[in-house]
Amino acid sequence: MFSSLAKLVRYRGLIQTLVVRDLKARYRGSVLGFFWSFFNPLMLLLIYTFVFTKVMVGMHSPDMEPYALFMFCGILPWTWFSSSLLEASNTLIAGGNLIKKVLFPAEVLPIVTVVANMVHFFLGLPILAAFILYYQRPVDPMELLWFPVIVLVQLVLTTGLALFLAALTVHFRDVKDLLGNLLTLWFFSTPIIYPMIEAPEDLRWWLNLNPMTHLMTSYQEVLFFTGPHGHAKWLLALGAGSIVVFLAGYFVFDRLRDSFAEEV
Amino acid sequence: MKPAIDVINVSKVYRRYARRRQFATLKSALLDGSLLGDLKPDETFQALRNVSFSVPKGCTYGVIGSNGSGKSTLLKCVAGITRPTEGEVKVDGRISALIELGAGFHPEISGRENIFINGIMLGLTKKEILRRFDEIVDFAEMQDFIDAPVKTYSSGMYMRLGFAVAIHVDPEVLLVDEVLAVGDQGFTHKCLDKFSEFRRRNKSILLVTHSLDLVEKFCDEAHWLDKGVSKGEGDPKRVVAAYVINVEDSEENELAKAESARVAAAASAPIEAPTEPGATTDASEEVPLKPVDEADGPKDGFKATEGRWGTREIEITQVTISGPDGETGHVFQSGDAVQVRMAVTAKEPTTDFVFGLGLFNADGVCVYGTNTSLEEFQPTAIAGDGVVTFDIDSLDLVEGTYRLDLAAHKVDGYPYDYHRLLYTFRIKSRIRDVGIYRPAHRWSFGGGITFKAE
Repeated sequence: MFSSLAKLVRYRGLIQTLVVRDLKARYRGSVLGFFWSFFNPLMLLLIYTFVFTKVMVGMHSPDMEPYALFMFCGILPWTWFSSSLLEASNTLIAGGNLIKKVLFPAEVLPIVTVVANMVHFFLGLPILAAFILYYQRPVDPMELLWFPVIVLVQLVLTTGLALFLAALTVHFRDVKDLLGNLLTLWFFSTPIIYPMIEAPEDLRWWLNLNPMTHLMTSYQEVLFFTGPHGHAKWLLALGAGSIVVFLAGYFVFDRLRDSFAEEV
Repeated sequence: MKPAIDVINVSKVYRRYARRRQFATLKSALLDGSLLGDLKPDETFQALRNVSFSVPKGCTYGVIGSNGSGKSTLLKCVAGITRPTEGEVKVDGRISALIELGAGFHPEISGRENIFINGIMLGLTKKEILRRFDEIVDFAEMQDFIDAPVKTYSSGMYMRLGFAVAIHVDPEVLLVDEVLAVGDQGFTHKCLDKFSEFRRRNKSILLVTHSLDLVEKFCDEAHWLDKGVSKGEGDPKRVVAAYVINVEDSEENELAKAESARVAAAASAPIEAPTEPGATTDASEEVPLKPVDEADGPKDGFKATEGRWGTREIEITQVTISGPDGETGHVFQSGDAVQVRMAVTAKEPTTDFVFGLGLFNADGVCVYGTNTSLEEFQPTAIAGDGVVTFDIDSLDLVEGTYRLDLAAHKVDGYPYDYHRLLYTFRIKSRIRDVGIYRPAHRWSFGGGITFKAE
C-alpha cells in the first residue's frame, strides 16, 4: 500500500493534466465558458440574499446579519465536498475504458474529481471576498492564516472518502443513489444554513460528532464571525482524523484495485 | 539474456454472474453475509489455464486462437491491466499496449490537447511529447484537423491518432490487439513498417490477431490458444497450419451435425404423391432440377428452401461427400477431387429414372446443375439397391459454403425423391479470389514486367 502511495507523487503531472482537461471540457461549448465558475456561486448568493432579506425575514437573530453571507461561507466549501463525493462515486465507472484498456492508475480518477472541484471552490472565493468587502465585514488577517489549514484538512478528508466511495461503487452501484440522499441529510445535519449556537442544546453533542461541523464552523469563524478562532483545537483534531480517513480510504481502494478492470 | 516478456504458468479465473444479477447490490451482499466471499466453481470462468511462454528481446510473437480462447485476457495480464489469478508475468522495460486506441480521449477538447493528455497517461513527460508532437501528427495524417475537437473526428481519424500516440511512446515492449484492422491500406502498411522498425531496434512485439497471414509473414514465433489452454508454440508456419486444421475439423463437426439434423427433419416429413404427374414437363427440360409439381415442392424452385419430397418409389437412402483422401467430410480445399455418392433403393423395378445434382452457393445462386438425362444417359433398368457416384476431378470453387441438391425423378420431372439443399460443404482457399467460378488458369508476364518471386 505504501509503495502505491509513493507512486502517487509520480502521478502529479497526470493529475494536473487531467484536472485542467476536466475544467476545460466542462464549459466547452458554452458562451460564457469559465465565467460560469464565478457566476454559479454569485447567482447562489443572490438567491439566498433574496430569500433571507425579502421572503424569510426575521428567522434569525439580528447579530447574524447579513445572513446570506453567513450561509455562503458554508455553502461554498460544502458544494466542493458534496459534488466531489457524488462525482467520485461515478468516476471509475465513467472512466471504465481507461481502467479496462489502458494501464492506468485508477486512484488518479477520484483524486482528479476532488481537485477539480477544489479549483471551482477557489474560483468562488473572489465572489465571497467581494461580498465580505461590500458588507464591510471585519476580517482578522491573522485568522485568515487558518484558511489554508482548513482547506487542507477538507482536501485530505474529502480525498479519503472519495477513494473509498469510488472503490465501493464499482462493486455496489447502489452507492451512487444512496449517497445523494445521504448528502442531503448530511447537509442539514451540519451547521451551514443555521449557526451552531442556534442548534438545539441536546442535539449539539451529536452535531459535534459530524466532522463537517468542525470544518464549516471553522470557515464561519474565520470568514464571518468576529473574535478569535476558538475552533482551532477541533480543527487540528479533525486534521489528524482526516489523515486516518485518507489512509483507510486508500487502503480499501488498494485492496479492491485488482477487481476494477473486471467489474467496471 | 533476460527475456522481454516471461509468462509463467498463468491462469485467470473470471467471476461470472450465473445466478446473481449483473449488478450486485449491497443488500444481497449483506444477506449473503460476505462482501467479497469465495465464489462457487459454477460462478467462475477459467479464461486461461497454465499458460507459459517467454518472448526474447527483439522477437515478434504472435498469439492466435478462435474467439473466446483467452488471447485478449492474456494480453491484459501481460499489460498489467488485470492480474493473473495464478502464476506470474514478468516484463522487462516500458510497455505500450495497443488494446483500445484512443481510450481516454476526451471528445470535447482538441486533438492537440488530447495528444498531450494521452501521452502523459501512457507515461511520457510533457517535454517528451513536445519533441515527438510533429512526428505524431504526421504519422496520424492529421495536420489539418489537429485543433478540432476530437468529437468531430471520423472513427478512422480517431483510431489513427490513438495509434500514433501509442506507438510514439517508444516502448521496449509493444502489445498489439487486433488494431491493424483500422485505417485504410496505406495506414496499415505504415503501421507494419513501424513494427518492422521496432524489430530492427531490438524491441519486442506481442501480437494478438486473427490474421494468420500476418502471423506467418511477420512473427518469429507463434502461440496457439484454445479455450484458455496452450495448444502449441513455435514456428509460425507450423503453428498456423495446426490451427487451421483444427478450425477445419471443428467446422466439419459443426456442418456434419447441422446436416444430419436437416436430413432427419426432411426424412420425417410425410411422403406425398404428386397430384398431377408430369404437369410441367417443359420446365424440367430447361431447369433439370426444378420440382415438377407446385403442390409438392416449393413455389419457386430457386428459392433456397431446404426440404425433401417425392413419392419414394426410388429412394435416396444415403448420401456421402468425400474428399481426395476418400474420407467423407464437409470441408475441402479449392481444387480438391471430390466425390458425391448416393445409395438408392427402388421399390419396384422401373425404366423411367433420372439422377440429378445441383450445386448452390451461400447466396442461393445455382453454380452448376446437371442430370443423367441432360447428359444423355438412357435409363434401361433399376431394381433393388444401387449406387450412383458423381466424381469431380477438381472442384475449382472460390472459398465459401455450398449446398447440394440431389434428386431421383422421372424423365418428365415427376419426383421420386428430391433432396433440396440438404447437404452442405465448405470450400477453403488461401487465395482470396471472388466470384462463383474459378476456371483453371495461369498468369504469365512478358517484356519488362517482373514480380518478386515468393
